[in-house]
Amino acid sequence: MSESASEAAVGLARRWLLPRSVLSGILCVLAAFAIGALLIAAIGRDPVLAYLSLFEASLGSTNGLAETAIRTVPLAFCGIGIALAFRAGVFNVGAEGQLFIGGVAAAWMGLQLGGQPQWLVLPAMGLAAAVAGAGWSAIAGVLKLRFRADELITTIMLNYIAIYFVGYLLHGPLQDPGSPLARTARLATEARLPMLLEGTRLHAGLLLVVVVAIVAQVFLWRSVAGFRLRAVGHNARAAENTGMNVKAALWTGFLICGALSGLAGFSEVAGVQRRMIENLSPGFGYTAIIVALLGQTNPLGVLAAAVLFAALQIGSTTMESAAGVPSALTTVIQALVVLLLIGQNALPRLFRRRAVAGS
Amino acid sequence: MSQLNEAAAAVARRNIRVAFGPVVANDDVSFAVEPGEIHALLGENGAGKTTLMRALAGLLQPQAGSIEIGGQPVVIDGPLEARRLGIGMVHQHFMLVPTLTVAENIALGLREVRTWFPRLDQLADEIDALGARYGLAVNARALAGELSVASQQRVEIVKALYRGAKILVLDEPTAVLTPQEAAALFPVLRSLAAAGTAIVFISHKLNEVMAVTDRITVLRRGKVAGSLRTAETEPREIARLMVGGEVTLPQLEGMPTPGRPLLEVDRLGLTDARGVRRLEAVSLSVGAGEIVAVAGVDGNGQQELAEAIVGLQRPDTGRVLIDGVEMTNRPVAEGIAAGLAHIPEDRHRTAIFERMSVTDNAVAEEAGRPRFARWGMRRRGETQAFAAQLVADYDVRLGSVEQAIGSLSGGNQQKVVLGRALSRDPRLLVAVQPTRGLDIGATAFLQSQLLQRRAAGAAVLLISTELDEVLALADRIVVLFKGRVTGVVARADFSVEQLGLLMAGRTA
Amino acid sequence: MEFLADPVLAGFIAASVRLSIPILLAALGGMFAEKSGVLNIGLEGMMLIGCFTGFITVHWSGNLWLGAGVAVLIGAIAGLGLAFYAVTLRSNQVVVGIAFNLLMLGVSAYFFRLAFGSGTASPRITPFAPIDFGPLGEIPILGPLLFQHDPLTYLSLALVVGGWLVMQRSTIGLSIKAVGEHPEAAETLGLDPIAIRYAAVAVSGALAGLGGAFLSISATGVFLDNMTAGRGYIALAILILGRRHPFGVLVAALLFGAAEALQLRAQLLPSGVPLQFLIMLPYVLTIVVLAVSSTRSGAPAALGQPYEKGGG
Repeated sequence: MSESASEAAVGLARRWLLPRSVLSGILCVLAAFAIGALLIAAIGRDPVLAYLSLFEASLGSTNGLAETAIRTVPLAFCGIGIALAFRAGVFNVGAEGQLFIGGVAAAWMGLQLGGQPQWLVLPAMGLAAAVAGAGWSAIAGVLKLRFRADELITTIMLNYIAIYFVGYLLHGPLQDPGSPLARTARLATEARLPMLLEGTRLHAGLLLVVVVAIVAQVFLWRSVAGFRLRAVGHNARAAENTGMNVKAALWTGFLICGALSGLAGFSEVAGVQRRMIENLSPGFGYTAIIVALLGQTNPLGVLAAAVLFAALQIGSTTMESAAGVPSALTTVIQALVVLLLIGQNALPRLFRRRAVAGS
Repeated sequence: MSQLNEAAAAVARRNIRVAFGPVVANDDVSFAVEPGEIHALLGENGAGKTTLMRALAGLLQPQAGSIEIGGQPVVIDGPLEARRLGIGMVHQHFMLVPTLTVAENIALGLREVRTWFPRLDQLADEIDALGARYGLAVNARALAGELSVASQQRVEIVKALYRGAKILVLDEPTAVLTPQEAAALFPVLRSLAAAGTAIVFISHKLNEVMAVTDRITVLRRGKVAGSLRTAETEPREIARLMVGGEVTLPQLEGMPTPGRPLLEVDRLGLTDARGVRRLEAVSLSVGAGEIVAVAGVDGNGQQELAEAIVGLQRPDTGRVLIDGVEMTNRPVAEGIAAGLAHIPEDRHRTAIFERMSVTDNAVAEEAGRPRFARWGMRRRGETQAFAAQLVADYDVRLGSVEQAIGSLSGGNQQKVVLGRALSRDPRLLVAVQPTRGLDIGATAFLQSQLLQRRAAGAAVLLISTELDEVLALADRIVVLFKGRVTGVVARADFSVEQLGLLMAGRTA
Repeated sequence: MEFLADPVLAGFIAASVRLSIPILLAALGGMFAEKSGVLNIGLEGMMLIGCFTGFITVHWSGNLWLGAGVAVLIGAIAGLGLAFYAVTLRSNQVVVGIAFNLLMLGVSAYFFRLAFGSGTASPRITPFAPIDFGPLGEIPILGPLLFQHDPLTYLSLALVVGGWLVMQRSTIGLSIKAVGEHPEAAETLGLDPIAIRYAAVAVSGALAGLGGAFLSISATGVFLDNMTAGRGYIALAILILGRRHPFGVLVAALLFGAAEALQLRAQLLPSGVPLQFLIMLPYVLTIVVLAVSSTRSGAPAALGQPYEKGGG
């Protein structure tokens, strides 16, 4: 009795405080920073100074924290969408394009509803972005489910098509009439996300993405639909055999990823740029794939990974000026974290197979 | 092929043992083949024939025992060594690259043509000539994937011969052939034997083994059941060896007259994705309180039949009725709602989610039911309580219901699958090879559960290649051969010999 | 006929060829990897690391060919790194490729900044110069298409022919195709699927590295962060459009190169057609090809599937 109770306690601790997936993620992050420190030391700079200045800049001040949070928003939106799609077995690389389509849809809606009250305009913009992003993702869904075209290549192609299409809109129908630049007119105040912190650029998109992360976590682990989504991702054939609707789960993966990536576009447009521009994203949708993996495709884990990546990106320029370490080191660290994590996940499998084969 | 040592032409295998983890595929198998002899390895699928053959090909290493060729013990540590020893394989699933030509396939990995740019034309001529010598017509310039199955097989034989095979091993060579094509193969084998080749002919078909071989070794559950000269035996004796003659039928509790038919299969036909006809006009019915077994050698349409009934595969002709209601080509969920439960053959591929918890696996079919979900959210307490109850009822040994099902033993996994199916109190149970790979205890438990279902008035369709199991449990046996029903036998008329013959395609 | 001699058109054609070479080389490399059964999403990163190492070698040594050689070598090494994950660890090849690309992005930018500081004046090298074919270069259409290019371009075209010879005619090509289609069959014939896949991915890295180097030591003479800008992903599309055949890949690469060249030359367009829609065409075409050719557009049967010895 006491034995099972202590087992249960350990299990509970495992589950809520330090599940193995979190532990391995943290280990990989530490190892990546260690390798990064070697790279810094190898060029004769001071790793401690570099890391201190890095995190001082991104987490050590109100403004730094705000900038990190701003950067977290699009990474987390896209990352959570990608993670949920991946859970269903859908490898959607199309977040970047879905973000652009969502952003332009949000801007269009915001311009259409110009002087309406904020409580109407903002939800309408968000909805437009989510629907447009999901619609764009649905193209890849149709291509996969009806034409058996692999979503990997089609989503990459759709990213380019989306960006060119947005370019066309911004050079043409949606161009700011008063400007030669490829961008829409500035959004009215009602069409902008409220600011959260005086003196910073932090916008309400952060609240939205935190809510989305929590809802997604609950959806994935507590809802019947989330259960089916995971089951299909684990073994589509067994899912079909147990009466689940495999196509519905795959569609859920495509549509959620599209909608959340669309919301990333919405938050960038309504919270940061205040208009749609041609270079809305410096590759958030691609970085978010890595973020999703580092977060072990758990929505809350993805949120944490997005904070880490955002902090690395925000602090990198300060690290360069303060410690003389090229800012690209943070990119190296980001990649190393994920490569280490993939390797770590693969190694036990490798050794287990070896052991059986050799027995 | 001349560089091969002529003395190395006979193979003897002694006490071979091949094991994968805890599962022993071959145990203590010994047999010898003489040059010029066609030697049959006969046995049901799962008897260990293919494993033996992979060991001979150098693809697996046996744990114990020895292989001798020409009296010399050898270690076959890889395909190249097998080839050097003059062993040629014709695998059941052809080892041809479909997008390459016949000549290219034969040239692959061949040292003689391992130049930068192989002279494939010359090779093609040689191949055509070699084929002609043994009556093996092949077109060396055709794409392998565009050839008929029979010509692909001829290519495999020519490939082995071109590589200097003195010992030719054919794994189920006729499984994929029409009777006419099979008949055309036999003279080829005869002429190869006459030229001094030792041929190992792996099969489960009595007729052809009787027709073409000189000696027969019968395998049963990874062991040799007997070794006989073909000329000195008869099909009845072989059939008894194959299925293990001494079967005593357990008494089924009562012999209730079956109730109304809960499952009716009417002239079901199915063609698979590759265009192969898997089922042809299969009809059967299972009544309430009845166990109907489908017997047959593996790969004769059993899996397709089960999956067509359940809704995983789409039959193109015929109908499936559950309790009189048309269920042909309906989604699996509708069958489940109608009281159908399925225990599939390939547990890992079709039944379980290995990396999900026992709890999740246990409720997979019913996760959306009000009992386990409210407003679209899963009810944790109910779900876990159900899983705990299932684990207790079906004697699943585990640490916690939250551990991944993949970490359980096969028997315990299967108990979860069984429990999941039976806890719904299904009216109709379709069980395919439910005891495959299980230990004796788990097997007995599973079988007793099937009998309990029968006693409770459910209809059970048991699809199994284990004749013992079929004989022990079934009220009636339907024998399937090449997608057709070759006979239906009632319990009163069960006889091992007759079933063996029906399974080998001899219609009653 | 006057438009034939139009310098804008001539410039467009020459630019189309020039812009198609990097993606052509990367796609050619991708062909080797994919034919052997490995999906090389890491082409982008291998191009970038080749682009960087080629540039820096030329900057230090002044020898253009040495730069090209180093790019090939480093690309091949990067390929081996990817193969370790994709073949030995049997990781998800898409995931690994994307992470790999990020690593190369970081590594190239890091060491570039180290070597040259973060000053505003970006270092330059003298890139390969076009070979002077005299009057041949003046021929309308054909001149800019064939006779206005540098040695690396002609080397690339030779590599296409070489790739065709190796793939369609040689023993090596046979082995690669066998491993990509049916690794178990290859193993029963004594081939080593693991080693062949390693080699094929290394070759793909070498070619992608050269393709990346073309950008810095042939097309421009400078190196910029993330200079390849997604060309490695376009190479994947070229593979599909070109059906993983060297000559098909050549045509598809020219199509994408033309689309890129068009972006800078909107004046060539008939009025009324939005530029962006024309540029989109190759991408749309790739999707259409993927959709209409069922069963994965003739992809090798074992593409993307890790192999375990003894019949995985």
